[in-house]
Amino acid sequence: MKTHRVGLKASLLSYLPATHEKPLLRFTTAGSVDDGKSTLIGRLLHDAHSVHDDHMEALRKSGLNRSTGPLDFSLLTDGLKAEREQGITIDVAYRHFATARRRFLIADTPGHEQYTRNMATGASTADAAVILVDARHGLTAQSRRHAYIAWLLGIRHLLIAVNKMDLVGFDRLVFERVRAALDEVAGKLPGVRLYILPVSALDGDNVVRRSGRTPWYSGPSLLELLETIDAPAWDVDAPLRFMVQYVLRPDLDFRGYAGRIESGRIRAGERVTILPSGKQNRVKRIVTFEGDLQEAFAPMTVTLVLEDELDISRGDWICADKAHPLVSPQLEATVVWMNERPLEAGAGVLLQHGATRVPARVGEIVHRVDPDTYEIRPASQLALNEIGLVRVETARALVFDPYHENRQTGSFVLIDRIDNFTLGAGMIEQVVVAQPALRDETGDVFEAAPVTPAERLQRYGHRPAVVLSRSGPLRKALERALFSRGAAVATLDALPARAQVRELLANGLILLAPFCTIEELEGANWIEAAETASITESVQLVLSELERLGLLVSRSAIRPEGGSLNVD
Amino acid sequence: MIATASQTLPVPALHSLSHLRALEAEAIHILRETAAQFERPVLLYSIGKDSSVMLHLARKAFFPCRIPFPLMHIDTGYEYPEMIAFRDWFVAEIGARLIARTNQRAVDNGVNPYDIGTARCCALLRTQALLDALREYGADAALGGARRDEERSRAKERVFSFRDVHGQWDPKTQRPELWSLYNGRVSPGEHIRVFPLSNWTELDVWSYIEMENIPVVPLYFAQEREVVVRGDSLIPLESNVRLLAGERPVKKRCRLRSLGCTPCTGAIESDADTVSKIVAELRRFRRSERENRVIDHDQDGSMELKKREGYF
Ligand SMILES: Nc1nc2c(ncn2[C@@H]2O[C@H](COP(=O)(O)OP(=O)(O)O)[C@@H](O)[C@H]2O)c(=O)[nH]1
Repeated sequence: MKTHRVGLKASLLSYLPATHEKPLLRFTTAGSVDDGKSTLIGRLLHDAHSVHDDHMEALRKSGLNRSTGPLDFSLLTDGLKAEREQGITIDVAYRHFATARRRFLIADTPGHEQYTRNMATGASTADAAVILVDARHGLTAQSRRHAYIAWLLGIRHLLIAVNKMDLVGFDRLVFERVRAALDEVAGKLPGVRLYILPVSALDGDNVVRRSGRTPWYSGPSLLELLETIDAPAWDVDAPLRFMVQYVLRPDLDFRGYAGRIESGRIRAGERVTILPSGKQNRVKRIVTFEGDLQEAFAPMTVTLVLEDELDISRGDWICADKAHPLVSPQLEATVVWMNERPLEAGAGVLLQHGATRVPARVGEIVHRVDPDTYEIRPASQLALNEIGLVRVETARALVFDPYHENRQTGSFVLIDRIDNFTLGAGMIEQVVVAQPALRDETGDVFEAAPVTPAERLQRYGHRPAVVLSRSGPLRKALERALFSRGAAVATLDALPARAQVRELLANGLILLAPFCTIEELEGANWIEAAETASITESVQLVLSELERLGLLVSRSAIRPEGGSLNVD
Repeated sequence: MIATASQTLPVPALHSLSHLRALEAEAIHILRETAAQFERPVLLYSIGKDSSVMLHLARKAFFPCRIPFPLMHIDTGYEYPEMIAFRDWFVAEIGARLIARTNQRAVDNGVNPYDIGTARCCALLRTQALLDALREYGADAALGGARRDEERSRAKERVFSFRDVHGQWDPKTQRPELWSLYNGRVSPGEHIRVFPLSNWTELDVWSYIEMENIPVVPLYFAQEREVVVRGDSLIPLESNVRLLAGERPVKKRCRLRSLGCTPCTGAIESDADTVSKIVAELRRFRRSERENRVIDHDQDGSMELKKREGYF
């Protein structure tokens, strides 16, 4: 049965949300044992009318009640039998609910000694985090840790619920003290948005409805906040990253690459670069079961047919023609360690990233981060639930972006080669430094490692590119502007042949040239400088265009400004 | 005051996937990971609505190729005849490969829910048959249609859920699962249960069936049926359903909300005789889906016990 359905045009319209559709927010919850997390979620579900009647009946009939209220709402969420017996939640549980405005998927993570591991797991796919603070204890070391882990995993909306306000008589001062302590946290977590609100999970104050018992608080309830924060799901404006998962060959006439668009969009006819090979190609068809599409975007799962038959296999990436990802067998990543046996330098593991799983060696543990104080500590190993900066060397080059630019292409997990257990999670850092040399057992250098693109990016603050401008004065001004930013820049009177251009670019340079042919630019990232009346303005336009394409890394991306604390 | 929460509704971005399409994409990604990471995956086909959706997604995931793994159906012998008829038609229609297995020894020994109880019956006719079939085929992965919203212990399942050489699930030693990086490495004899529909709700499943026009067993649609009222459940009278003392058959307009064996599957009173009526009914519904399945209630926390033993 051959069913190629060529020519049938599927409509992108059928992929877009209906106007009345409720958007989805994924959020995670964090708190120490007994802060009231289960009670809060139970209360949220109950007051938002998201509990099935038979579950409510079971709850009323249940002999268990660890709370001081008439009903123990925490029983609505505590899942496993073992947990019910011990009265604790063990792992990560996922739960749905919906209101008139939004749907929600909660990753409920319990607070106990496995905490860091579970919370990192829940946070990895969340857009927002609700962090519980017990009003009686104030902002503790654990609260700071929860905020740090959420931020580390890329969550930018942190909702701090100061719980059990009923036990402190709804005292405004208690709340203000937590807020003051948060101020300092905000300064250390760049890019984060913090929201703080007083609640009682047990009685329902400010959970779904605003409470009359906190007249000094005029902000929204927790649910109102969750319904209105603006959460980015998938980045369709980032450069294209398409992960090849599976090669489809029904017969000799068809060779399709099945995969998911991890970021960006793609159009039929567009030029793409295959990585790690670096080969150029063009998208011939975007194939789906319904027919071909003209355009697709993240996170759609489609099958691409390319113009030229190349040897592409699972694990390869089909990327934007401009703004390539990094390609390197050496990377530096923040690792959350999740195994009883500590991670040590020299450890051999498997690294799973995208659709590849490669042998990898841990080069060096650069330092450990204390998640309670955010301070960097020297470390020679990472114990269970510790977080640290680690150098990793993979058997084959990986294709990746820094995690803070792309959560999909910047993340990996480490797997034990013997028992296959998932050992840890890694976030590739924005500042990537490769090992300067490979060392043998005795510590002697036996081979100088080549300087990697990642290292050049870190030193120069840009990726290789060609900037074309016929104006001599503009080229001079551009050279000066780029040079003063630390760029490695070369001015040429004419662009040499393609091979030389590639070589220069492989050394990480930005080339300024008056003109060229398309042939010479094949495979390069390039832009043409727009000329305006003012040279200063033209320089600015070029710089911002380079930044927009991800070629020039803006200073704020390397060292972002402090987060904002939303206060009156 | 916190002034940041905007008072307007969040507007869907120009390029954002609809909710169902996002779930579809997630499931297709998981199905392809399964095909790529394992040598001998199978798709556990239970004939129910979730299985129908899974099959549809698998066709999409590998188009224009055929589904690259066989379907496996565990036939307890207590299934509704309509289910078997539907199975044979659907499988032929899409050109899939089917492996059907029964625990023949248990059947020959006369295992039935009335004499040994539903828990033991299920362990022998379903769980044991499934584990034997997986071992016989040498499966290193088994795709299932379970959803996290079905039952509380399932809320903690991974998408790739590890089973040891005895086919057992240990909720305490699950592999951490982050982002959409699924670790499918196993040693010989072990396998992974894969759940592509993990993040779907019952309403999502029916809405998707409506959107994609997916065929399902007619038992899901309301019609007049002979039933007995047993506890809170309506049990449709099939040839192999035994009447208990004091039970009298009555006629009711009802439908099945989930499919299973005849003695253990309760119907609900309903007028919904089309997919769109079911979707509308679910939007109003206030009771959970598995409530009408006898097996889930036979012991406290019973689903979790079954799962640990390898029940699907
Ligand atoms: N007074 C009071 N007690 C609460 C509140 N929230 C939770 N609790 C109680 O604190 C205890 C721990 O709550 P639980 O939800 O199980 O905490 P978890 O361990 O964070 O999930 C229980 O006895 C709850 O009834 C609250 O707002 N006020």
